[in-house]
Amino acid sequence: MARSATPAPELVLPQPVTAHSTGLVAWGRSVLRGAPVFSLCFLILAIACALGAPLLASYDPIETNRAQTLLPPGLSAHLLGTDHLGRDILSRLVYGARISVTVGFLAAFVSGTVGTLIAVVSGVMRGWAETVLMRLTDAFLALPFLMVAVLVVSLLGPSLVNVVLVIGLLRWMTYARTIRSEVLRLTEMDFVRLARAAGARPRRIIVQHILPNIVNTLLVLGTLEVGSAVITEASLSFLGLGVPRPLPSWGTMLAESQTYVFTAWWLPVFPGIAITLLVMASNLTGDWLRDRLDPTRRQL
Amino acid sequence: MLPDAQPASAAPLLEVRDLRTHIFTRSGVVKAVNGVSFQVRAGETLGLVGESGSGKTMTCLSILRLLPRGARIVSGQIILQGRELVAASEATVERLRGKQIGMVLQNALAALDPVFTIGTQVGEPLVMHQKMSWRAALRRVVELLRMVKVVAPEIRVHSYPHELSGGMRQRVSSAAAIGCAPALLIADEPTTALDVTTQRQYLDLLMELQQATGMAIMFVTHDISLVGNMCDQLAVFYGGLLVEYGPRQQVLSQPSHPYTAALLQSIPQLGEPRERLPSIAGEPPDLGRLPAGCPFHPRCDAALDECRTGEPPPVFTLAQGRQVRCWLREQDDDRSAAGSP
Amino acid sequence: MTEALLEVRDLVKHFPVTRGVLRGKQIGAVKAVDGLSFTIQPGETFAIVGESGCGKTTLANLILSLVTPTRGDILLRGQPISRLSPEALMLYRKSVTAVFQDPYGALNPRMRIGDVVTEPMAIHGYPRQTRQQRLQEVLRAVGLSADSARRFPHEFSGGQRQRIGIARALVLQPPLVVLDEPVSSLDVSIRSQILNLLKDLQGEFGISYLLISHDLATVEHMSDWIGVMYLGKLVEIGQAREICRQPRHPYTATLVAAATPPGRTPPWALPIVGEVPHGLDIPSGCAFHPRCPYGWPTCRTLTPPLTTVAAQRQVACHLYIDPSSVDAWPPPLPPAAA
Repeated sequence: MARSATPAPELVLPQPVTAHSTGLVAWGRSVLRGAPVFSLCFLILAIACALGAPLLASYDPIETNRAQTLLPPGLSAHLLGTDHLGRDILSRLVYGARISVTVGFLAAFVSGTVGTLIAVVSGVMRGWAETVLMRLTDAFLALPFLMVAVLVVSLLGPSLVNVVLVIGLLRWMTYARTIRSEVLRLTEMDFVRLARAAGARPRRIIVQHILPNIVNTLLVLGTLEVGSAVITEASLSFLGLGVPRPLPSWGTMLAESQTYVFTAWWLPVFPGIAITLLVMASNLTGDWLRDRLDPTRRQL
Repeated sequence: MLPDAQPASAAPLLEVRDLRTHIFTRSGVVKAVNGVSFQVRAGETLGLVGESGSGKTMTCLSILRLLPRGARIVSGQIILQGRELVAASEATVERLRGKQIGMVLQNALAALDPVFTIGTQVGEPLVMHQKMSWRAALRRVVELLRMVKVVAPEIRVHSYPHELSGGMRQRVSSAAAIGCAPALLIADEPTTALDVTTQRQYLDLLMELQQATGMAIMFVTHDISLVGNMCDQLAVFYGGLLVEYGPRQQVLSQPSHPYTAALLQSIPQLGEPRERLPSIAGEPPDLGRLPAGCPFHPRCDAALDECRTGEPPPVFTLAQGRQVRCWLREQDDDRSAAGSP
Repeated sequence: MTEALLEVRDLVKHFPVTRGVLRGKQIGAVKAVDGLSFTIQPGETFAIVGESGCGKTTLANLILSLVTPTRGDILLRGQPISRLSPEALMLYRKSVTAVFQDPYGALNPRMRIGDVVTEPMAIHGYPRQTRQQRLQEVLRAVGLSADSARRFPHEFSGGQRQRIGIARALVLQPPLVVLDEPVSSLDVSIRSQILNLLKDLQGEFGISYLLISHDLATVEHMSDWIGVMYLGKLVEIGQAREICRQPRHPYTATLVAAATPPGRTPPWALPIVGEVPHGLDIPSGCAFHPRCPYGWPTCRTLTPPLTTVAAQRQVACHLYIDPSSVDAWPPPLPPAAA
């Protein structure tokens, strides 16, 4: 605690008093400044594919066509070529976006929710709850992901839901730790102390004071986790533990193209590019969000 | 603000001429230092007093070339011992830092690296600038620690910063700053993080060090009551300008700028209780949106029309080396009068 | 004699320092607050003065009922808070509010000012209509415009934020407000504005203040009574002007000397020796004895209790335990230390 006066440092630029400042609109406008255009566009494209696959894809992704196998990409009927079963690669990519994007976002959402819950409860309640939950986090961190994934999927069978749960419930620990340190920092702040002194119950503190102030961190973590989840799903599918075939997933497409790497390069390359672009787009968006909400410009 | 011409033998140690430092941000230009001139003579202490956002820290950072990102000296001159610094290269200024100019900054804990011992940190400038061997440097460090009144310096040389109290850390920082016997010490709010009694001890120490080494000190603070015994000259900053400058005693007892006068009135003085403190209306200005004319006019009781428009008032020289930037003092301008008192 | 608004009785708060795998073994304690007793009358300002490590923050937390005392009690209008039912404790919380030092950390950056100021009312279940009305009243009282309510904290300067904090503290018309370094983080030129505001509000509403500060000049200006704290204990209590004019305890003297503007001689010029020791290494006997130029043998072994030495003055110092032993003031220094 400062002993004698600590005036606001000179190097912090004083904020102009704005005549208008509604919460959401001004926030949105300022947030979108300097956004990585390509990444955001790609994310929007991927989401569009996921939501409107039947409208965007020209061909059925599952129906095989023995006559059209292994056509190279070109400006013909199949823009990106066909695979070994005659299925249009482009359409499979579009349908595959469904799986990857859905799994990516849902898994990030599941792990985010679980992690935040644990972080907030342990950060606000402290005491035994905190100790138990933190040791639980440590325990989960020690689990070998792949082994557990194999175990769960072989016990419960492969399905979209199971994949989301496996990824979601094994990746919440990053959230828990990071958010918990945010929560601890917030609970030390004077405005929380004053709310407590005024008689606020923990529920009010969490809802009014903690949650709104961790939204930023959550957003950043969330976009980064989407990338991780996509890669994890692709890996699981590659190993045959993901969504069941013949549902197209970019990971499955990679798996099936193993034998054709040297003969039909378009089989593995396009799904590979798609995965890379999706992960890059979400990471860059996460980076930008983190810079944008940089503490030296943040109000907190 | 240049004091009256001195005989050649007393050339100033540091001379700052019409310094302007601006910070270029996305939302506009912040005129952090907007035409500041002053001198520091060898062995003298200059107090730079002002609130946050008044330009005093940015002035020091300009001299040290330690400006934050986006900040740039746009015009003016800084002359240290005859050498001009604004146009000098980065390498030249780096050589001067630590050797000719020592600095003590506000947060002593942040100034000391937690993974190195005191001996290493205080000794490093000695090894670098004076090419001493580490053994000789450590001996000198013990001497320096003794000078700054650290108890049992031979043992403390091997301690880590976290093992010391706040007051001791500040003294160690000061030892590091004076290690190479700099001609000028810049102390930026060195006592802010200290207890009141520790503060006094430290200020006494600074005065003793000055007596012993003969160095000049630029003492930056927002607390005008601290400059009381220490400073020979006082420079009052407001809104990026130097609004008043002169011998400390006179500025404090007979301030010529309305801001200085109002500030002194508004501070509670121990032993002189008053029912109500006269206060200055309004708030310190936003350097990114300075008003036209004098930066103080929105809060000034005696503002004239010319205070509100155009450029800030120029420097008027008063008797006895005092200077002020205020239209109200225009008629007292003594520039035509010959020589010094 | 009017009933005291707040009485603190032998208040003690020790923080145990534990070791061991499950943190079970206690090896010591930080005696943050070690037996404090004082009273605050209605409409008065009582100041606690001390440096870092003296326990001021813990005292504030105790008075605000953010931590429970190890021993001792706090009584509001004669009611001990340790024995209050949860409902009664909520009433206590309405009666004792606070303004903290840092104007930038005291307001939730995501909440509008209107919600910030009326939060205490929301917590205690007041209907919206009442809240809006009271909001306008209290904003006016602290000198903020009515449309401030819709804005966010970052749109305001430090001084304005402190006004918002004061508005929030006053919204439920409490009889006691704890002011923890209310102007230390503000620019010098606006401190007097806030101090004047606090004084005006006190005059208008009859609020009592518990002012915690290290700045003796501000304390002398604002307070009726001063309690000097050192390492968890009160070493001197008396009327503000009198303590600053004639400090009795050697530690108080060093504080007065440090706060005296340079160039003016303090009433009792004692050299400042050493620094405040760490909370875990409190010296035996009188905690100040290692730094005191008067060190008598008893000072090392016996902790002096707070005794009344004059009308309205209590001091905890062996120099005054036996009043006949010292009749000159300041007490003459022992030959070795003089």
